[in-house]
Amino acid sequence: RPMLSATRPQPQRVFSGTPGGQKPAKMPAVSKGDGMRGLAVFISDIRNCKSKEAEIKRINKELANIRSKFKGDKALDGYSKKKYVCKLLFIFLLGHDIDFGHMEAVNLLSSNKYTEKQIGYLFISVLVNSNSELIRLINNAIKNDLSSRNPTFMCLALHCIANVGSREMAEAFASEIPRILVAGDTMDSVKQSAALCLLRLYKTSPDLVLMGEWTSRVVHLLNDQHMGVVTAAISLITCLSQKNPDEFKTCVSLAVSRLSRIVSSASTDLQDYTYYFVPAPWLSCKLLRLLQCYPPPEDGAVKGRLVECLETILNKAQEPPKSKKVQHSNAKNAILFEAISLIIHYDSEPNLLVRACNQLGQFLQHRETNLRYLALESMCTLASSEFSHEAVKTHIETVINALKTERDVSVRQRAADLLYAMCDRSNAKQIVAEMLSYLETADYSIREEMVLKVAILAEKYAVDYSWYVDTILNLIRIAGDYVSEEVWYRVIQIVINRDDVQGYAAKTVFEALQAPACHENMVKVGGYILGEFGNLIAVVTVLFCHLAPCSSTFSQRPRRLSKRCCAMSWLVHLQQTVHNSDQYYVQTSEVVSPVPQATVLEEMPPFPERESSILAKLKKKKGPGAVSVTELEDGKREGGELNGGGERGPETASTPSPSADLLGIRSVAPVGASLSSAGSLLVDVFSEAGPAAPSAAVNDDGFLRFVCKNNGVLFENQLLQIGIKSEYRQNLGRMYLFYGNKTSVQFASFTTTVSCPGELQSHILCRPQLNVQSKPVEPLVEGGAQIQQVLNIECITDFSEAPLLNIKFRYGGALQNLTLKLPVTINKFFQPTEMASQDFFQRWKQLSQPQQEAQKIFKASHGMDTEVIKAKLLGLGMALLDNVDPNPENYVCAGVIQTKGQQVGCLLRLEPNAQAQMYRLTLRCSKDLVSRRLCELLAQQF
Amino acid sequence: MIKAILIFNNHGKPRLSKFYEHFNEDIEQQIIRETFHLVSKRDENVCNFLEGGMLIGGSDYKLIYRHYATLYFVFCVDSSESELGILDLIQVFVETLDKCFENVCELDLIFHVDKVHHILAEMVMGGMVLETNMNEIITQVDLQNKMEKSELLLADKCSFA
Repeated sequence: RPMLSATRPQPQRVFSGTPGGQKPAKMPAVSKGDGMRGLAVFISDIRNCKSKEAEIKRINKELANIRSKFKGDKALDGYSKKKYVCKLLFIFLLGHDIDFGHMEAVNLLSSNKYTEKQIGYLFISVLVNSNSELIRLINNAIKNDLSSRNPTFMCLALHCIANVGSREMAEAFASEIPRILVAGDTMDSVKQSAALCLLRLYKTSPDLVLMGEWTSRVVHLLNDQHMGVVTAAISLITCLSQKNPDEFKTCVSLAVSRLSRIVSSASTDLQDYTYYFVPAPWLSCKLLRLLQCYPPPEDGAVKGRLVECLETILNKAQEPPKSKKVQHSNAKNAILFEAISLIIHYDSEPNLLVRACNQLGQFLQHRETNLRYLALESMCTLASSEFSHEAVKTHIETVINALKTERDVSVRQRAADLLYAMCDRSNAKQIVAEMLSYLETADYSIREEMVLKVAILAEKYAVDYSWYVDTILNLIRIAGDYVSEEVWYRVIQIVINRDDVQGYAAKTVFEALQAPACHENMVKVGGYILGEFGNLIAVVTVLFCHLAPCSSTFSQRPRRLSKRCCAMSWLVHLQQTVHNSDQYYVQTSEVVSPVPQATVLEEMPPFPERESSILAKLKKKKGPGAVSVTELEDGKREGGELNGGGERGPETASTPSPSADLLGIRSVAPVGASLSSAGSLLVDVFSEAGPAAPSAAVNDDGFLRFVCKNNGVLFENQLLQIGIKSEYRQNLGRMYLFYGNKTSVQFASFTTTVSCPGELQSHILCRPQLNVQSKPVEPLVEGGAQIQQVLNIECITDFSEAPLLNIKFRYGGALQNLTLKLPVTINKFFQPTEMASQDFFQRWKQLSQPQQEAQKIFKASHGMDTEVIKAKLLGLGMALLDNVDPNPENYVCAGVIQTKGQQVGCLLRLEPNAQAQMYRLTLRCSKDLVSRRLCELLAQQF
Repeated sequence: MIKAILIFNNHGKPRLSKFYEHFNEDIEQQIIRETFHLVSKRDENVCNFLEGGMLIGGSDYKLIYRHYATLYFVFCVDSSESELGILDLIQVFVETLDKCFENVCELDLIFHVDKVHHILAEMVMGGMVLETNMNEIITQVDLQNKMEKSELLLADKCSFA
């Protein structure tokens, strides 16, 4: 990502003289004294496994080994125990259950050696859950460590409590921890841990954590000299304040004074907490959050000081940045957004609100996507403020534009939310129209929510009902599949309750139904409305054509009663309407014959009268609190009693919103299907480790044929053919891979992985040499079918190793595994350069350092046909220069390689000797590695 | 509150997973795969926040992530955390790893999972942020390393004696 290069001067790793300059000297600490050799060997073994089966076998072997070591007679030393626990952690990370070792880990806790204790606690925090039977034993060890007065041991114990956080632990330690937290002789690092430990216990068992006598001393931690203690304590205080605002309200003035000292840089102890020139950004954010638990301070002096802070923060946003690094602006803006949230929360300072709104308006157009996203999000809350609602509305065009043009779905969703929040009667028609037109292209993931929002806005701000009916019918037309029952029930409910819209509704649905194809939901709505009010318009025959195909599905699915009812009820009404006209009656009986008459006569489903069912649905989607109850009330007020008089009583307020499923497990569709193409986790955990894969396994037959051409067949065997088409421009390339199944049998679990050699060893703060991005392919390839995959390639800097393409699939039960070198070579990024003879030789001389030149003399392996040679040189990507070399037999080329970071100038001379059937190839480039690489590649082409 | 911290590479191989809320192992693995799927399909230059996925469910949690060369660092946090603040926290984490491992690379995370956990524990505890000052964190880690070394030396001496 671009921000990385901006991080700081790139620390270059020390490279050993390995060929290709790719592998850093630093290898895992196998050789270091403290490294665990056994662990490194085990991990390396796994990376060398060629199949999933081999890997499982290796892991099971290791598990058996560890189990026997644990059970063995010989007492293990601390080093071995640590090694085995690390192995278990590694196996666990690969996705295997670990069902032993817990007891050994617990035993490590009582060791008096730090290393053993530490690894024991690590194992427990990763692998032991709060229901474990071992908790009592663990508690004993924790108790000893807490009373050890050894700060390191105490911290380990506190961490363990905070990580496991079970009720049993709360029972054992809830009274002890506050004492540690406020004791005068507790070390700072222990205080920090104790604060968060207490917070965790409070969250799991609030009834057991009695703050009473400690309250004031805990609040005063905000004044602690050590900023780390304040950082940890503020999380605790914020949580406690939310639950017991009155007891903790003294924290407000303390928080304001702490914030003021940070913001005005009056603190002298900030040195280490200054992050990219911003003083204590994390703590500032947390202080501003804490203040959001309370109303504006009543004390005039405190309030004045706070307003001053907020103004200072807003002013700083307009100052020129102290650093160009993204971290600087990030930290600064983090504080700014929290300050704005606080201003919005207070909602009482019109002056600050307007400034906040203007600031957010600036961010709406910022080039940083993150800031646009956050600005849209903050504006959403600002839109509900009385003082700033109008100010927010002035940004409507920008927001609509964001909805239409943002590339990022997360941002578009925020824009849709904001439009929803800023909507009122003055702009409802515009916003609803924009949302409707966006719906046609909206991402599937947000369509349902958009439909709900449009339906709610249309209802809430409808002044004339024809607009409302039109909007909902449009909604069904555009996104019928996403219109839930709640939405179309609602339109019927409203039409039934308003007699002035019934005629228009009947006429409109009648017209809508005359379209050659109608969505099922349209037929349902039409069925109801024409059934009820068809008598208001003369013609009623139109439904038949749509009903015929629908009714058969209805009768096949008897459990979907409501749908059938709707169609049936229409028929019942139809019969009444036409007064048993023989002709219609006959038609009706024909259509509905499979359905028992009793069903036809069933009652229509009752409407949920008390609350708008759509709103309830949106609430359910968003979780509690997302849509306020007052909104509903507002709707009633502003909506002009659209839903008939007095239907929504005060009961509305007590309607329980469904509690959100925090884990969200139940509400999620199975993900297996979409993930199967990513392959099983176990397969080839280290397959991306290019250098580790034995080179014999890599098939590079096809590779060399593509140095001078871009399209063709890369690989073919009896099962599979892989074709390539590629195009390059500047430092970018796009490669289309075509996988053809040559058999008549389906390939299952078809997965492909592209990796760049050496990327495992590359510094994570550095960008790789080559960036290859691909989307996963479909996991099934039918017999005889071909699937396509697109790779986007970016050349960051010059490179020698080609990316590897690994393909796995099952053919008749057998796993096929294939690794190919992708023909992405440095010459693909050539721009041809035309130049005159004089220039050429001048540049040739400039590149005269010995390492800039690479030369090879080799025997011709193909005929020495001039046209073929020329075509190959042109295919290489350089400009072929005429009249440069004094010897007309020789070929001379020039070109520039475009990488993201730099350009590499290259000159080439190829001297054929027809008599000896030999060539001499000379390359001179401004980077020595490039000369060598091009020379190697080209020497195999002629 | 931070619900989970995940590190995986460009191919979705997990390099660290730390959950501050209990899930069973299968669900954890599923979460890692799904989160990778969600994050990796996003273009560069889009925002660093996203919603959705089973880790989030219908809650007010968000995924906040950064992509460093071969690795994704993903934090799942609720609305009580500042989004930009978490991005800074990820940066502090990575810079700390870089200092502790002297030019960190993916292999360091593979071979020293325990160390990575210890470093993380100095920053985040029970899902809450313990310390944001890199020097302070490194001091603690150095202290641990010293104790480890002295114990090793002691062990060596004993074995010679």
